[in-house]
Amino acid sequence: MSWKFLRCLQNAKFLKKNLQTSLFVHRCASVQYVPDTISAAHGETTRMNLVQAVNNALDIALSTDPSAVLFGEDVAFGGVFRCSVELKDRYGRDRVFNTPLSEQGIVAFGIGVATMGSTAIAEIQFADYIFPAFDQITNEAAKFDIGQEIYLISPEAFFAHIPGIKVVIPRGPHQAKGLLLSCIRDQNPCIFFEPKILYRSAIEEVPSGDYTIPLGQAEVLLEGDDVTLIGYGTQVHVLREVANMAEEKFNVSCEVIDLRTILPWDEETVINSVKKTGRCIISHEAPITMGVAAEIAATIQDECFLNLEAPVMRICGYDTPFPHAFEAFYLPDKWRCLEAVKKIVNYG
Amino acid sequence: MLSTVGRALRNSSTPKTLFVGTRCASTEATFEVAQCKLHKLEQGPATTVTCTREDALKYYRQMQTIRRMETTAGNLYKSKQIRGFCHLYSGQEACCVGMENSITPEDSVITAYRAHGWAYIRGISVHGVLAELIGKKTGCAQGKGGSMHMYAKNFYGGNGIVGAQVPLGAGIAFTQKYLNNGNICITLYGDGAANQGQVYEAFNIAMLWKLPCIFVCENNGYGMGTSVERASYSTDYYTRGDYMPGLRVDGMDVLAVKEATRFAKDYVLKNGPLLIECATYRYSGHSMSDPGTSYRTREEIQEVRQTRDPITSFKQKLLETNLVTEDEMKKIDQDVRKEVTESEKLAIADTGPPLEDMYDHIYVQPEADFKVRTCDPVTMVASR
Repeated sequence: MSWKFLRCLQNAKFLKKNLQTSLFVHRCASVQYVPDTISAAHGETTRMNLVQAVNNALDIALSTDPSAVLFGEDVAFGGVFRCSVELKDRYGRDRVFNTPLSEQGIVAFGIGVATMGSTAIAEIQFADYIFPAFDQITNEAAKFDIGQEIYLISPEAFFAHIPGIKVVIPRGPHQAKGLLLSCIRDQNPCIFFEPKILYRSAIEEVPSGDYTIPLGQAEVLLEGDDVTLIGYGTQVHVLREVANMAEEKFNVSCEVIDLRTILPWDEETVINSVKKTGRCIISHEAPITMGVAAEIAATIQDECFLNLEAPVMRICGYDTPFPHAFEAFYLPDKWRCLEAVKKIVNYG
Repeated sequence: MLSTVGRALRNSSTPKTLFVGTRCASTEATFEVAQCKLHKLEQGPATTVTCTREDALKYYRQMQTIRRMETTAGNLYKSKQIRGFCHLYSGQEACCVGMENSITPEDSVITAYRAHGWAYIRGISVHGVLAELIGKKTGCAQGKGGSMHMYAKNFYGGNGIVGAQVPLGAGIAFTQKYLNNGNICITLYGDGAANQGQVYEAFNIAMLWKLPCIFVCENNGYGMGTSVERASYSTDYYTRGDYMPGLRVDGMDVLAVKEATRFAKDYVLKNGPLLIECATYRYSGHSMSDPGTSYRTREEIQEVRQTRDPITSFKQKLLETNLVTEDEMKKIDQDVRKEVTESEKLAIADTGPPLEDMYDHIYVQPEADFKVRTCDPVTMVASR
């Protein structure tokens, strides 16, 4: 859509507060806080705590932007953490107001306000309450500007950040049946992502009986000596092809690992492989930043630092919304991965 | 706010006489209770309730225990023994006591974060509740749950996200229907949660599949610091299920709540879900960070305490009917005080969970070699 939407959405600030939960209150209280040094260029300063600083920022935002409104649960009374104290008195109840307890509504209402050109400052009282609004933030706020196709995302990393659930992605029919039965019979909540592109395009012999494939275990699909290629879901097939091409074109031997379970993931298999090859490329369709590949790379540098011949590489989706028109360009295809193999073996 | 609860009650027919009659030298008495407001119901709960001496003593003890336990919890919070969240139930005792005494231990209950009273009435000891609040290993969730996360057999918490427990309750009722075990689920939420979208998703599913679920809106007049009139276009919460039948009961009268719940359990097993609005009041602030006086007057709270307190008014009824003597109730008060004080001492003296516990409870039945990373990025610790 238009730049106007973009500009308006930049105005939508979703203010999350109190990220630490109560469990950490005690610990935070014992943190040795080191004050920032303020550049003299700022001129006059006032001594404030974080609550006062937030309050002050809101105050300035409301005074400098006549279209700005501040709303959320109990904000008119000053907010449960006292961050919006006195702002209703200063700017009036038509600009600083309470909402019902309705987080999805608050955020969505804010997005609506922002799309009309006003500045929406929507407060969600605790970070824990952001999740009822998660859909509005990911599917509406972040993508409203391009009328984004919403059926193409790879959201596994969101869920892999939650201790207590299991996240599983199969690479084909045989794996899907065994892993799905494991998920169903597991005592824990599992999220089973089915790669839509494989629904009808992937066909193979599948055992007719009842069988399971263990969760939390990766599988080495191709053994190799020079580079470890790690993926899951559809991307595994890309990596297999890359391994064959690398062998053929550069005489490079690649080991291909299907992670299968994203959380909890099989560190042992990955570490053993990288210790052997000394080089690792991780590839997924989801955006690169804060993705699953980052977590694997961090673990590899912890565990295999002295075995590494080259930095771990990540070949992933771009940090853009998934554009349907650019799908072929967006996906980390075999050419991008092959290029990475070439780079990693010639490192240094 | 008073106007709302007041209005709610004025709309009901006020009981003219509390005392109808005693029989057998006061072994039981019959009481008149306010008529419930009905929505899409031809008939509502009875307006007379008979109560035995034994039951009367039990309800009185249960309400007093919760009141004393909550007072103690409030003090423990102020003395910084309790950290984090703490939502007190004082004023609302008749809701959980009335309901629990019309269901069986096999029926299920799920509620929101104001859970201490419910945790107790569902079988957790005062010590189990207080120790949990202080974060001790002996707490009902091993000290890792706290105020909002207490569980017992057929009591599913204790849920911190406003309204999120309501669809869960429908799911619990689905299993009960599926197993055809004759049990029901009481699914509670507050007037604040009544404006959450997922509540209505649950209503639709429950009606569609005729689930044996009693949805209960404990309307204490305020969703955090916002009075019902300022948060809800319609404050007739018992009608907010639209196509779902509902009733509003005086949530300050334990006998009225008990009778309404008896009626509701029978109804939902035959017909599918029913919505009860329990018109009640909370004396404390929403949580401990809220003094509870910035959005309502002290006079309002005082007036409720004097005229409609669930314990005082019940006591009054019992005295008027000679069902229980003042001395008997005094004795209960003393016992309760002793029990709570001892539980408090015990809980304070208990030890907190050992540090290893921090790594546990991530997965149910984790693999034998499942480990988690600690604060130190290279140290892995076993998780059970």
